[in-house]
Amino acid sequence: MPKKLVSLTLNGKQHDGVAPDNMLLLDYLREGLGLTGTKTGCDGGECGACTILVDGRAQLACLTLVAQVAGKSVETVEGLSSNGQLSDVQAGFHEKLGSQCGACTPGFVMATEALLRANTNPTDDDIRNALGSNICRCTGYIKIFDAVHHAAALRREEDPAPYPTVADQAA
Amino acid sequence: MDALHSFEVIRPKTVDEALAARIAHRHSRMIGGGTDLLVNIRRRIETPSVLIDTSDLTDLKTIEHGDTGLSIGASVRLFEVAEHPNIQHFYPAIAQAAGSIAGPTHRNMGTVGGNLCLDTRCIYYNQSEWWREANDHCLKTELGDMCHVAPKSKGVCFATYSGDLAPALMLFGAEIDLLGPDGERTVAMRDFYIGSSRQDGSKGDGINYMAIKPGEFVVRVRASSPGRLISGYDKIRIRRSIEYPVAGCAAALTRDDDTLTDIRIAFTGTNPRPVFLEGTADLAGSTLSDSVLEGIDNLCKDQLMSMKTTFTPGHYRRRVATQMAKRLVGQLFNAAG
Ligand SMILES: Cc1cc2nc3c(=O)[nH]c(=O)nc-3n(C[C@H](O)[C@H](O)[C@H](O)COP(=O)(O)OP(=O)(O)OC[C@H]3O[C@@H](n4cnc5c(N)ncnc54)[C@H](O)[C@@H]3O)c2cc1C
Ligand code: SF4
Ligand code: FES
Ligand code: FES
Repeated sequence: MPKKLVSLTLNGKQHDGVAPDNMLLLDYLREGLGLTGTKTGCDGGECGACTILVDGRAQLACLTLVAQVAGKSVETVEGLSSNGQLSDVQAGFHEKLGSQCGACTPGFVMATEALLRANTNPTDDDIRNALGSNICRCTGYIKIFDAVHHAAALRREEDPAPYPTVADQAA
Repeated sequence: MDALHSFEVIRPKTVDEALAARIAHRHSRMIGGGTDLLVNIRRRIETPSVLIDTSDLTDLKTIEHGDTGLSIGASVRLFEVAEHPNIQHFYPAIAQAAGSIAGPTHRNMGTVGGNLCLDTRCIYYNQSEWWREANDHCLKTELGDMCHVAPKSKGVCFATYSGDLAPALMLFGAEIDLLGPDGERTVAMRDFYIGSSRQDGSKGDGINYMAIKPGEFVVRVRASSPGRLISGYDKIRIRRSIEYPVAGCAAALTRDDDTLTDIRIAFTGTNPRPVFLEGTADLAGSTLSDSVLEGIDNLCKDQLMSMKTTFTPGHYRRRVATQMAKRLVGQLFNAAG
């Protein structure tokens, strides 16, 4: 399969590479560029582990061809942290234990990033609607709601709600 | 990583360029969001040599709404339909149907053209190549000579059409504009889906389910003005966040005082085509009584033909669809009161 030049914006920087037309963006990121933060979780479209942003909106890298994103802006989880500091969304998932095995986490983090750019004060329903394409088999989702609320507070530059104590929970 | 089969991707900027590419490559396929086609390609169910991407076709990215009706371009994304204020207001069934397709990330990708042309589905077909090979290929991939759902089907396939937009659009007498080597033509949506699966071979089936000619593609879909119709969409699925319908139902009606003056019902997820229920006009003219609901029951028994093409049994899907229709009609009738 002949390779073609592809130019796109990757995590904010101009990227020029080569890829054949039949290459999935997921494979290009992981195997072509070594950006293994974007995960593979299923055989196509079922799990959300591969969620990235294309022109600011969440998309599935496993159902996108490199050729389809030429000229567009692609963002992966690697683009979020700066100078070794976790981004607010990453910090939320870390702080609230929104990640256990971690396989789904980059996908959830990217879908949350897209949500918070549009809405810095999401309700539980907003979160459910925005993260509905992502599946997690570990956390039971409750921790993910907590993580997104925490991240949203950081994005609003407010102090996140403290952990409920055992006494709070009993009340 | 298993490489996909070799193919070329073309990204035309204008509808004329898309048509030229379509004429130059007879075996090309259009690709919108790829959320259906790329799944099939990954499973080697389909191996087209050229993909023509519709996402740069600016002319097909518009939604127009006016007195005469609604027009939605083939490249419009599903989230745009779901969130469009005029569609939500005048055509709630269409907005609700769009908002119930797959999950939110899929709706950022999936297009109206891709949803209308969604491939029909079956548990013996939507499987990986090794699964299909190990379990004997069936008719639909053209590699087998038998239908596993109905072994005595005499060459007919019953794979289910499960696109959500089609039944909602059908309530408003929608038409599809197609462009191809012979120019542009318009087909009523009810004539576009031909998957009747009659064994006399008179019409199409789960394999041959759209009246689209070689080289043609969808440019837009148009719905007529809703007038006083109030409408809604309901869908039952195994997982509420991301899933094809067990069955989907769109309904619209008008109510004058206590009289049901117009009633329209359409389904997806039941037959190899979206089903616009024939004969509902005879149910109008009285209030929403038990006999109207029984009338819906009888029409559904007659026209819904669910087979064991999904994990839920056919007779269960037909009952779910029927029940959903009666519930939705009841809700709309009350809302209109
Ligand atoms: C997990 C999952 C759940 C899903 N759930 C649902 C669901 O609940 N309801 C539902 O309806 N769908 C569902 N889908 C299928 C799919 O996401 C949607 O139907 C979507 O709208 C398809 O649009 P697309 O643009 O991505 O199609 P594509 O994959 O790009 O194309 C689909 C088909 O249409 C053809 N096509 C595309 N554009 C045109 C055109 N302009 N003219 C002619 N042919 C064209 C393609 O050649 C292909 O055969 C689901 C998919 C996944 C992966
Ligand atoms: S209905 Fe029969 S022929 Fe059609 S896809 Fe299923 S098994 Fe194959
Ligand atoms: S890898 Fe599962 S949706 Fe992309
Ligand atoms: S943390 Fe394991 S799948 Fe989500």
